[in-house]
Amino acid sequence: MEASGRLEHMYTLTLENNTIKMKNIKQIKLKNLFLMLVFMTLIGCERELSGDAEFATFSKTGEIFIDAPVGLGSDFYFPFLGSKATAFSVDQDVAYESAASMRIDVPNANDPEGSFAGAIFRVEGSGRNLTEFDALTFWAKASQGVTIGEIGFGQDFGENKFQVTRTNVTLGTNWVKYIIPIPDPSKLTEERGMLWYAAGTQDTDGFGYTFWFDEVQFEKLGTIAQPQPAILNGVDVEQDAFIDIPIELSGLTQTFNGPSGENITVLAKPSYYEFTSTDIDVARANELGVVSVVGTGQATISATLGNVAAQGSLALNVKGTFDFAPMPPQRNANDVISVFSDAYTNVSVDYFNGFFAPFQTTLGGSPPLDVNGDAVINYTDLNFVGIGTFQDVPSINTTEMTHLHIDIKVNENIDAGDFITIQLLNAVGDNETSGEVRFEADTFTTDEWISLDIPLTDFGLADRSQIGLLFFVSDATISDIFVDNIYYYK
Amino acid sequence: MNRNKIYTRTKAVVIPVFLCAMLLVISSCNTDETQTVTNFTKLVMSDEFDTEGAPNSTMWTFDIGRGPNNDGWGNQELQYYTNRTENVKVENGFLLITAQEESFEGASYTSARLKTEGLFEQQYGRFEARIRLPYGKGLWPAFWLLGNDCDTNIWPQCGEIDIMEYLGDSPTVVFGSAHGPGYSAGEAETKEYALENDRFDTGFHIFGIEWGPNYINYYVDDVLYNQITPEDVSGEWVFDHPFYIIMNVAVGGSFPGSPNPETVFPQTMVVDYVRVYQQ
Repeated sequence: MEASGRLEHMYTLTLENNTIKMKNIKQIKLKNLFLMLVFMTLIGCERELSGDAEFATFSKTGEIFIDAPVGLGSDFYFPFLGSKATAFSVDQDVAYESAASMRIDVPNANDPEGSFAGAIFRVEGSGRNLTEFDALTFWAKASQGVTIGEIGFGQDFGENKFQVTRTNVTLGTNWVKYIIPIPDPSKLTEERGMLWYAAGTQDTDGFGYTFWFDEVQFEKLGTIAQPQPAILNGVDVEQDAFIDIPIELSGLTQTFNGPSGENITVLAKPSYYEFTSTDIDVARANELGVVSVVGTGQATISATLGNVAAQGSLALNVKGTFDFAPMPPQRNANDVISVFSDAYTNVSVDYFNGFFAPFQTTLGGSPPLDVNGDAVINYTDLNFVGIGTFQDVPSINTTEMTHLHIDIKVNENIDAGDFITIQLLNAVGDNETSGEVRFEADTFTTDEWISLDIPLTDFGLADRSQIGLLFFVSDATISDIFVDNIYYYK
Repeated sequence: MNRNKIYTRTKAVVIPVFLCAMLLVISSCNTDETQTVTNFTKLVMSDEFDTEGAPNSTMWTFDIGRGPNNDGWGNQELQYYTNRTENVKVENGFLLITAQEESFEGASYTSARLKTEGLFEQQYGRFEARIRLPYGKGLWPAFWLLGNDCDTNIWPQCGEIDIMEYLGDSPTVVFGSAHGPGYSAGEAETKEYALENDRFDTGFHIFGIEWGPNYINYYVDDVLYNQITPEDVSGEWVFDHPFYIIMNVAVGGSFPGSPNPETVFPQTMVVDYVRVYQQ
């Protein structure tokens, strides 16, 4: 078509003019809009471009694959580690209203060359200016009805700052057009990540299949609207935080209403958002979505995306620095069986909180807190809670061990009559026996780590070769504790 | 739309991209091919919604409740219509008709339905309004006319002209219809109009008809998209007497279906003006 020839001509001009310095970005943008209009008129009326035209620095091409890759350069396909590198090919026989399509052959899970298909399509050289588009669109179909795990753009194997992911995209056996909205097009002034995908065989019993993309391009649809951005999956989260322990914001999504009335939600990277804090002397978030905690007090982090307030917020209560449990001593691997400690290799557990309905109130422990890479359990609303090692993991043979070590910090005032009982169950559900050791109020001090080293003989167990449950019991006398470094040793 | 309707909807024709390009090429060279959409220019009634507060009571009255038979206006609609400011008010130069999700008089939603019955009724003319529509599954706003004799000439004999109907889960499509004896509800004479590269919930659009003896022309913005004449309808032509105006936002019911978890409330139909012209 003549129009596409003209388009190429324009991009050639673009490259020729990319050394022109820009005085005023806003002015240039307006000029670009104007130029687009001029350009459209020109296609229709067959006139020449005027000599004093100025052009944007980066290509504004939207097309990625029509009948062949468009303007991606020669080196644009970068497979993910562990994926089958040859999964992508150009199919000259199957296509949507054109001569060729992009074909992805997802391998069987046991394929020695790679257990899944996945890659980024990265434009070679400078990125593209995608600010005038609102979505990545493509037609797709598969050899069978299948759910593709992830499809998106903005992944460049660099910072991936503006990565977008649409998850669980369901393909059928007929061509259907798919839309992946751009969370905020104004951010994409120079983007190299044109398309990425990851497809496995979790839903197909490990057997491979084929799917096809065609007419892959960024478009200005004009029919996606009503943005509903969110952070923390739209939930208003309140939590304690500690000075110098950063928190990474998660659950970042952008949702648009699509042309057929359905909502389309994508995962968006933090750099699409503007974050604000009610008190930057307590906590602040950077463009990578990392919240730095810098002072005591309270602060709430909220966000906007494209000037629309995001649902969800993070309210932090900062009392001070985090008080870590004492570091356990180095021990010979044969002398310790660790259940929960960053100092030793831990055995597998079924859970750190086997919520026993209906009597248990205890929350926390599933999963443990990650405090800057150091795992700690915070049990709250404690009445009793068990750590299980009997269902899907081996029970623990403590016969050769002499002591059980546990570090506990009580995060509240301690009253007379308060207690914590440690209970061990052997051979759970099969000639089960149990023994316990009770620690009274005077064992503990508010906000201080206490190390318990309990002789295993104190539990009075005739057999301790199949320990399956370790209980903390307070009967709600003490309700908020940190627990760390749970291990048997000799 | 005040009686039970079962609509059969036709898919909009997908125009090939190439044709669109051709159209662009043609339109960019010819500036004088603009369609003549309207001919009636003598303004006889308008509400520009410039006075804050309740709508002008000399022009607008309300339908309150869930319909005369308490059955959701014959369509199992879910809203209770009120004239409270929560559901209808004039603000910043716009009439706002707002559907709320709330328990009210046994209904789960509230909204409003304004009409000019007994206040402004006219035979023939150009009726138009500039409106930004709400969105979301279950929303069913409309701008329409009803014959002023429905009390004695039972619908559909009294006639109904739907200037604009829209479903919140098809944000690019509106439709205009005429209902009469033998061609009402699902058998009404109707046609869709779809926006290309735009939606009805993101900006204002003008919805109008020009109605004279033996024809009703339907337009959106500057596009005339349908004409209905006595030859098009399969029964008696019943559009030669005065009609009055209705504007409403219905929620749920047999036609649009119920709101779903993605439907955001409140939802507002924003009306910039209503104008009526004669030849």
